[in-house]
Amino acid sequence: MGRGLVLHLCTIALLAAAFFVLPAYHSGNLARIMVLAIYAMGYNLAFGYTGLLSLGHALFFAAGMYGLSLAMTHLAIPALPALGLALVAAGVVAGITGALALRTRGVAFMIVTLMFAQAGYLTALYFSEWTRGEEGFVIPQAMRNIAGIDLSGETGRYFAALFLFAVVLLLIGALVRAPFGRTLIAIRENEARATMLGYDVQRLKWIALVVSGMISGLAGAAYALLFGYAGASFAAVPYSIFPLLYVLLGGAGTTLGPLIGAVFMFYLIDLSSGLTDAYMLVAGVVLVALTLFLPQGILGTLRKRGLPWLP
Amino acid sequence: MDFGPHLMLAMLEGAVAAAILALTAMGLSVVFGVMRVVNVAHGEFYMLGAVIAWFVATTLGTHPALGFVAALVIAPALVGALAAAADKLILQRIDYDPERTIVATIGLLYIIQQGTLMTFGPDARPVEPPFNSRIALPWYEWVDGKLSFYYPWGLSITSYKLFVIAAAAAILVALWLFMTRTRAGLIMRATQQDSQMAQAFGIPVSRVYALVFGLGAALAAMGAVLVVPIQQAHYLMGADPLLLSFIVVIIGGLGSLPGTVIAAILIGMSDGVISVFFSPTLAKILATLAVAMVLVFRPQGILGKKAH
Amino acid sequence: MASVILQTRGLTKTYAGVTANTDVDFDLPAGQIRALIGPNGAGKSTFVGMLCGRIEATRGTVSFDGQDISHLPAHRRIALGIAYTFQITSVFAGLSVHENVALAARRAGGSAARVADVLNRVGLADRAGQVAGDLSYGHQRILEIGMGLAQNPRLFILDEPTQGLAESEIADFKALITGLKDTTILLIEHNMSVVMETAQYITVLNQGQILAEGTPDQIRADTHVQAAYLGTEDA
Repeated sequence: MGRGLVLHLCTIALLAAAFFVLPAYHSGNLARIMVLAIYAMGYNLAFGYTGLLSLGHALFFAAGMYGLSLAMTHLAIPALPALGLALVAAGVVAGITGALALRTRGVAFMIVTLMFAQAGYLTALYFSEWTRGEEGFVIPQAMRNIAGIDLSGETGRYFAALFLFAVVLLLIGALVRAPFGRTLIAIRENEARATMLGYDVQRLKWIALVVSGMISGLAGAAYALLFGYAGASFAAVPYSIFPLLYVLLGGAGTTLGPLIGAVFMFYLIDLSSGLTDAYMLVAGVVLVALTLFLPQGILGTLRKRGLPWLP
Repeated sequence: MDFGPHLMLAMLEGAVAAAILALTAMGLSVVFGVMRVVNVAHGEFYMLGAVIAWFVATTLGTHPALGFVAALVIAPALVGALAAAADKLILQRIDYDPERTIVATIGLLYIIQQGTLMTFGPDARPVEPPFNSRIALPWYEWVDGKLSFYYPWGLSITSYKLFVIAAAAAILVALWLFMTRTRAGLIMRATQQDSQMAQAFGIPVSRVYALVFGLGAALAAMGAVLVVPIQQAHYLMGADPLLLSFIVVIIGGLGSLPGTVIAAILIGMSDGVISVFFSPTLAKILATLAVAMVLVFRPQGILGKKAH
Repeated sequence: MASVILQTRGLTKTYAGVTANTDVDFDLPAGQIRALIGPNGAGKSTFVGMLCGRIEATRGTVSFDGQDISHLPAHRRIALGIAYTFQITSVFAGLSVHENVALAARRAGGSAARVADVLNRVGLADRAGQVAGDLSYGHQRILEIGMGLAQNPRLFILDEPTQGLAESEIADFKALITGLKDTTILLIEHNMSVVMETAQYITVLNQGQILAEGTPDQIRADTHVQAAYLGTEDA
């Protein structure tokens, strides 16, 4: 068993233990953080590993969120199949937007993904008859259970979030060690060279974006299912910026960076929203400070300075 | 109102929007053209211009015209200075790396926007226009085979709105003269052509960049000062101009100044006309998707020329 | 005579009205070491760029092993057995030397043993764990050649491989190239000693067209080539 896998298993065990140690307020926060970390892990696959700086992942998060919540509330589909629908929805949206956006690169890619996400957000507003726009809608508590486990209760919610987090973490951990993941890193490092080694770079980037979009969609669906609410604000620009922020802070291209970034940012924003309405100020300051002083993020810097084995 | 007068009114409103948009988008375009940098905080410089205009007008508290003229000078100067400082302190230090610049300007966006929320507050605040007489406009009809004019109810524009169109045009002409006829403009265009060559010829490229970044922000602020007597100042007002400016700059061809003006007129007018007749949300969805498609399939813009 | 592995007919590239290559008809027999020479701006890099698919031809055809590959994207051409090394060093700077070679070998179906073998042959085995970006310039060029070898290509295109190498490294390079069996080599080269000692046949490109072709001795004796290119150089 490699050091990386041990680290991942320890992280999962630590999170499981935290539920019994932490006061209810913080374990509730942690459930939310784990879902956001799933989102950031999905984002990291595209940005951190493949080098695709998307500014539109809220589109995939929202596709999963609405895929699940609209199916549950309007079609009365149970939670588990609705979760499957959410994954399909996010995958299809990522597949279509990816096929188009990946014709561009660099700054144009960033703007195109931003535009697609904006169109998605406006679409959610336009169909407010079903989505109830910014205000959003609540998923009935009675529906929020899978195999008899109540996902609206504290314990059910926490361990459902942990379960999904663990699955995605181990999946990503295996993926980036596998030839597929190594090739994605090669594309990030030098796309022209990867092409001239015979790799179908366009196709690989597309697959990476679809997997990334589906993981983001899973996070969106989990958010709706565990916290019982879906709204258009989750499709808006800040929700495209958050995963970028988490990943940059924790360390792009590291498996645990998204979790660490999500924990730090969540509590920073939580603390400052107690002080002022302008809590997004913290996000702005952190973004600028990171680009200036810590471009590799926390784990990226650690990996460079003495821990080269960090996954 | 009949369809004809209604369309006329929509086009007049569209022309006002286009004039403001041309200024704002031109700021973004100048920055991209010279520095090859995408400034996501551009909309916040616009917002800041409007908010400063409100502060200036309220603080002076004299005749609205005096406050307005003062705002037209002070707001762009302050915003430009702030942008130049941001360029020096942030963008220059990350060497204008395209992706890190976008991340940093996203950060700047939130800092400016949330900073304004903390100081200016969440309310929308009006600025009184310096003059504002209503001008009724005639429409024609055929009566017994003869052309005659009448004044339909509601078909009118204010003298201030006409002034906005004229002022925006004047500023753009001044900018064009500055870029083509002055030494500073020549230096900017030389830097745009080839920054390394410019450096080799002793042009202080880093100062030029700070100046250009400041100029781009000042143009947005001027647009905002002009708009604020029509539309109130609010800390979230930067989002729409940013999106529309992106659209204009992309359609017009990234960095092309004439393309930017033509595209601004096109987008501003159609945005005005479409939102009168259709749901503004639907119009925005279609416009956003259209622009994304332009970037995907014709990245040099509709009006730009292909590189090879 | 050996079969022709690579053939172009009427291959032409124009950039915004400026012609880089005009109607190049080129035949390369399998197993040969061919040098492509010519003055700067003769269109050599554009020509090989069109062979391996990095640059889209304006018109004309490229066939590899009897198959028309004119419309295949670059990665499909590489998969057929072409390797290409860049004129400007292009390695995965953030990855280890071993990982660089492994990425090249894996796509071509190579094993871990092939990676180790290549690292030995190019003399980078003791640096396998180093980050490629930390290597000296010469070592990066050698790594790049090693990546090409790891692909086990049938046609190996090298764009100025010895540029910036030290004398001893150039000698190693010559030995490496001449020692390759079953590989056809197309070499863009400015260093005349490398050309004359390794190439069996030479194609001279001038102003985007083939000026002359022949054995090293024939090229040395060709007055057109001397006038256009060799000039006063001691060839």
